[in-house]
Amino acid sequence: MSERDVVIRVEGLHKRFGHLEVVKGVDLDLHKGEVVVVFGRSGSGKSTVLRCINFLDDPTQGTIEVAGMRLSGGFRSRRKREQIRQLRLHVGMVFQQFNLFPHMTALENVRTAPICAGIKDNRIHAMELLEQVGLADKANEHPIRLSGGQQQRVAIARALAMRPDAMLFDEPTSALDPELIGEVLAVMKSLATELHMPMIVVTHEMGFAREVADRMLFFHEGVVWEEGPPERVFDSTQKPETRKFLDAVL
Amino acid sequence: MTDAGGRLERLALASARVPFRLKVALVWVVIFAVLGFFFWVAQFDTEWMRDNFTYIAKGLQYTLYIAIGGIVLAVVLALLGALARISSNPIAYGISGFYVSFFRGTPLIVQMFLIYLALPQVGINLHDRYPDLFPQTLTNQLILDAAVAGTLALGLNYGAYMTEIFRAGIQSVASGQGEAADALGMTYRQKMRRVVLPQAFRVIIPPTGNEFIAMLKDTALVSFLGVAVANAEIFRRAQLVGKSDFQNLEALLVAAGLYWALTIVFTFFQRRLEARVSRGYVRSQDLTAASAEEQKHGGGGGGIG
Repeated sequence: MSERDVVIRVEGLHKRFGHLEVVKGVDLDLHKGEVVVVFGRSGSGKSTVLRCINFLDDPTQGTIEVAGMRLSGGFRSRRKREQIRQLRLHVGMVFQQFNLFPHMTALENVRTAPICAGIKDNRIHAMELLEQVGLADKANEHPIRLSGGQQQRVAIARALAMRPDAMLFDEPTSALDPELIGEVLAVMKSLATELHMPMIVVTHEMGFAREVADRMLFFHEGVVWEEGPPERVFDSTQKPETRKFLDAVL
Repeated sequence: MTDAGGRLERLALASARVPFRLKVALVWVVIFAVLGFFFWVAQFDTEWMRDNFTYIAKGLQYTLYIAIGGIVLAVVLALLGALARISSNPIAYGISGFYVSFFRGTPLIVQMFLIYLALPQVGINLHDRYPDLFPQTLTNQLILDAAVAGTLALGLNYGAYMTEIFRAGIQSVASGQGEAADALGMTYRQKMRRVVLPQAFRVIIPPTGNEFIAMLKDTALVSFLGVAVANAEIFRRAQLVGKSDFQNLEALLVAAGLYWALTIVFTFFQRRLEARVSRGYVRSQDLTAASAEEQKHGGGGGGIG
């Protein structure tokens, strides 16, 4: 892949919480149309990397490059805050707990960010997005009246509303009842295969990884311990730690 | 089973068939009957009360002016205070810390007198010392009308208490909500206005209604600043007319009735507002039905959801 195709570039990322260093030097490129699945034990730093990419967690060291903007962590001046905001507009994020806005309907949830960005006539686009995640008929429902799977699909539509260059999924199905996981994964898969949306997915859904991922990253003790295409990671695992983890989740 | 036990059992069974609300209504009727008896025993001059009712009730207008002015000021101050309290700006944090500490730490009546009497004095002395910097026209602004000074004091005092209510309300909004707004590229203002505050208000409104109802009655303190009759509120009018006719208790009873009626009216509106902001938290489509259901089960006083 050429240099031009890089959508997100993480270089030398470290993240410390107090004395605890959770991420210890991670480099990661996400290319156009690429699906990267990140997996590993809890506490291995995988979610933190995702949260550092859009500065929900502040990188202790290292840089994040998105859409030609290269930012590092540290003191947030007014100018820096605005740069971070601009960066976030290019990256959609989906959370484990959905984090839909409970006081808004599904449609309002999808419309609110573009409206904040000055795009007022976005009703049609928002309805298209809800259609895309299969929830056009729930447009006027509040989140509490939706199932977990439906809420997460609305959350995906909401993240897509800003027309991001890439998507970040932070364990999007971990909070769901088993029977609801499939519908969310299906939406993510269509996003990847039909729209070629570049995405980094932190998940333990190994079926999804094998089917959709272009590349898999195994996180262990704050670093990328092993990486490769799914076939290699699954079928000719290089590191014993990866094997052990895979055997536990498969 | 013994006879007595059987009778008790039958009584309990019969009682279980009477609706809860009917029983409560009955309790109220009994209480009012007792109060009515005391009222009758005390031989209050009801004719005087009737004759002077309108005179005292005219104070409603100013009571409402003061209370509404006070609560508006208090809400604005509480919002600013709470945002300062959770901000990382040391100036904002420091000012709001002092504000809450001082206005919660001193009596309301003292604050009223300070604003009414001390401010003009500061103004006069400033003008004497630095006549160029503080011309008379400017320092004269510190001489306030009693009602205005009272309203200011009420707003400042209640704003300090409500700062804590607002802060708790804002912090009660799940952190994921703010993160979702951040991740969507909203500015701090947008995040607060569209995501955090609407959810915080749901938590804030019941105790704020409570504060407003408390303030409604603390407006009576303004009378101690000696407001002119022309713009006196309920309590001041009751005092004035009661004193002149030696019917103090009757006058105060009329005032009490008016305050109580006001409270009932505002409690009604507070309930409606609570139901409104609970949209999105109640599964049932019909909110009014849902809130009625809550009230039936005794949850009405504590708010919905």
